[in-house]
Parts: sequence; C-alpha cells; structure tokens
Amino acid sequence: MQLAKVIGDVVVTRKDENLTGVKLLVLQPIAADGSRIGRTLVAVDAAGAGVGEIVFFVRGKEASFPFHPTEVPADAGVVGIVDHWDLG
Amino acid sequence: MLLARVIGTVVATQKHAKFEGAKLLLVQPTTVDDQPRGVPLLAVDSVGAGVHERVLIVIEGRAAGEALGRKGAPVDAAIIGIVDQVDVTE
Repeated sequence: MQLAKVIGDVVVTRKDENLTGVKLLVLQPIAADGSRIGRTLVAVDAAGAGVGEIVFFVRGKEASFPFHPTEVPADAGVVGIVDHWDLG
Repeated sequence: MLLARVIGTVVATQKHAKFEGAKLLLVQPTTVDDQPRGVPLLAVDSVGAGVHERVLIVIEGRAAGEALGRKGAPVDAAIIGIVDQVDVTE
C-alpha cells in the first residue's frame, strides 16, 4: 500500500456495468515527507474519501476485494483515509 | 487505472481463441491534463469506445478478463469507461 493525496475525480457515464455507483478518484502518490512522487493514477474509492484528503491505496486485483461479490474491474483502490503519520 | 486516449484500432486474424470477437484498440496513456505519457498499449474494449475518445483503462489481468467477460483470457489491459470529465483541483 502507498500514501497518496486525492487531487480530483473522474466522471464516467458509459462504463463497465460493475463500475456502477463506484466513485473514481485521481490520486497523486506522495513520499514519506508529503512531497509528490510518481505519476498520477485513477483509483476506485472503498473508503469514502474526497478531494484534498491524504489516503492509502492498494494496487492490483485486491483493489476490487472491498466490493465483493461484485467483480469491479479495478487495478487500484483507496482503502483508508490517513489521519496522520509520523516518521521515527 | 489510467486515463488514456484511443489512438487507433488493431486487427488480428490469427490470435488466441479467447480473443474471438473482442475489439482491440490502441490507447495512449495520458496525464490528467491530457498529455501523452509512456508507450501506447493494446486494450480490449467492452464499452464501445472509438478513436479519439478519452477513456479509463485498467492494467491488470484479472480485471481486464472480467471486463471482457471471459475468465482466463490472456489479456492485461481493458477499456472500462468513456471519460466525460476530469476535475482536478490542484
């Protein structure tokens, strides 16, 4: 899993039927110091996240697990909203 | 998932049986501000996308197979939606 900031959302009307009702967020992955790192991506939302929040997300087929038994065609999913993190 | 532009169509007569009837499109992944990024990919299309349209693609085997409606298909990318709008606040 990785930290990211939610920087936007995507509106998709014509889509795979298993995406119906699923929120799509634009994520910017961030480094441990909060700086932007890597390319932006689109993820399904399984945590109720919104724009501006720091979240953590999972990559791979596991992104669809929160929607079981619906087989959502996803390769990235937000699974938690970060309250804060501390570096040791 | 990644945002992408459909840049072409692909025709292949000789192919794995699981591709029978599948539509193959050439897609160029883009940044959120619609600039090309990375190499173009072949993706199966299950939503009826056309050339020049902005789409959402999934790059993961199982998800792509589900989008195609065929389990065990040897695919790793699929178009899962046609993008109406992207709102980025920063």
